[in-house]
Amino acid sequence: MLKPIFWEQVMKKILFVGTAITVFILFFIIFYILKNGLAVVDMEFLLSSPKDFGRAGGIFPCIVGTIVLSLVAIIIATPLGVGTSIYLSEYTRESKLTSIIRFGTDCLAGIPSIIFGLFGFVLFVVYLGLGWSILSGGLTIAFMILPTIIRTSEEAIKSVPDYYREVSLSLGGTKWQTIVKVVLPSALPGIVTGIILGVARSIEETAIVIFTAGSVLRIPTSLFDSCRTMSVHFYILAREGISMENAYGTATILIITILLINAFAYWLMHRLMAKYS
Amino acid sequence: MELVLAKVGNGGRNDARGYLSHRNDTYTANNQEHLRMKSRENLIQFGLLIIALSTIVILLLIALFILKEGLPIILRVGIKGFICSTHWSPQQGQFGILAMIIGTAWITAGAILVSLPLSLSCAIYLSEFSTPKVRGTLKPIIELLAGIPSVVYGFMGMVILFPLIRNYLGGAGPSILTASVILGIMILPTITSIAIDSLQAVPHSYREGSLSLGATRWQTIRMVILPAAKTGILSGIILGIGRAVGETMAVIMIAGNSVIIPKSLLDPVRTLTANIALEMNYATGDHRQALFATGIVLFITIIILNIIAHTIARGGVEK
Repeated sequence: MLKPIFWEQVMKKILFVGTAITVFILFFIIFYILKNGLAVVDMEFLLSSPKDFGRAGGIFPCIVGTIVLSLVAIIIATPLGVGTSIYLSEYTRESKLTSIIRFGTDCLAGIPSIIFGLFGFVLFVVYLGLGWSILSGGLTIAFMILPTIIRTSEEAIKSVPDYYREVSLSLGGTKWQTIVKVVLPSALPGIVTGIILGVARSIEETAIVIFTAGSVLRIPTSLFDSCRTMSVHFYILAREGISMENAYGTATILIITILLINAFAYWLMHRLMAKYS
Repeated sequence: MELVLAKVGNGGRNDARGYLSHRNDTYTANNQEHLRMKSRENLIQFGLLIIALSTIVILLLIALFILKEGLPIILRVGIKGFICSTHWSPQQGQFGILAMIIGTAWITAGAILVSLPLSLSCAIYLSEFSTPKVRGTLKPIIELLAGIPSVVYGFMGMVILFPLIRNYLGGAGPSILTASVILGIMILPTITSIAIDSLQAVPHSYREGSLSLGATRWQTIRMVILPAAKTGILSGIILGIGRAVGETMAVIMIAGNSVIIPKSLLDPVRTLTANIALEMNYATGDHRQALFATGIVLFITIIILNIIAHTIARGGVEK
């Protein structure tokens, strides 16, 4: 019989290898894309329009499309998400209602983007007649990122110590005054984190965008224009084999953006948590 | 009250009655202010409640619209004819999605097989064997994996795994195997992060109790900590399954998308999600309805998975 202490050593090594493989995969993906893509990326790639369906030229319209679409999504999702988290954390005790809302939020978070895409397509594109447009896409993406914003803001609001509220209430502040002037400012970094993570998710999204915002390769001039985001552009370049070089270039910009955004969001949240714990 | 209210307008008079009424005025004004504030507070609370219900409303809207578009064809073909038939040829009016269900099941099972060993080792190692500092650094790094767009994962499958499989295993490249490996990597962060949280949630006294009885760290993990964290880890795995079932773009790029019942791991398959995304842009009439019906099957699967995860997680908390 092998000694328990021997097993401990073996398992520790196995677990370590598993961890190392996981971290290696992450770095491999990032380095592989950057290695092949960084050579393509320069100011001209960022600031010029694609030529010949993306075979040559840059990705400027896709950058504009990505930014505008995420902005619209965030503007719609933020009030809904932050409002929900305020209600859940400040106005109610755990009850049937809150558990239903929480379950709904969890379900919404688990729904595949293709279902959101189908839904946005029927409701906004066809039924409400908005067509393939930034507005249709932004609304649908807003629904998708809602759970992210709700959860992160709720966590942030809950991290604000109770005595902050007690001081404000004891000075005669009403509940809403306490929330607006004390709780929300203290929880702001966490709420911003949620919004930033929402931006990241809307940048990553492909299926919803194709279904609801279309993939027209032009700089959009109004909310009712179709647009193509970087993810969609990358997907079309790579899947149809239009240009591997430009695909790598687009992926590089995508990955750098996402990494920066996530790192910033994490730093913000970490600072907030460190402050109150 | 009426009398006082009537005097509000001429409160400035300088006789005794005026003085009295003036005092009453301020009192009433305060009272009114208080009432106004209270009703404003109530209004705000009501408004927030409406906002908080938005997720439920959205969920119901999604269900409603998908059902409205997809249900007619299911009713016409019959649930059995839709789910249990392998014939999918929209031009001939045949809408059976069994091949896609099997494809989804294969790829999801494969993804879990690829993902579990890695994510569980990660979670156990980071939670039980590493220092808080290493854990604090590596956990967010692993969560970054979740931030890489799914199309990039699909692309990695195309440029890295396709040639490997072509050269060493044969076949064209797009296959259950490729999709399983890539999806397995994609759901790593979901499972790992939830598993770490549930391992960390096991009270410290459990560890101390076991260690003080002379158990080794590994015995403690195997016999005390893993059983205690079981429910959390399980719900993490179920959420991972949900992600694998719902993934679309990456799968389209690497699974091959043929509507066949696979015979080996190297056969190309089509998933439910891929079926919708591939044909939606040209589908009309019955064909379009059938794609929405595919969406219904997907939607119900995901809701069931969520209910299971929810129940398991809640059972764990109550215990």
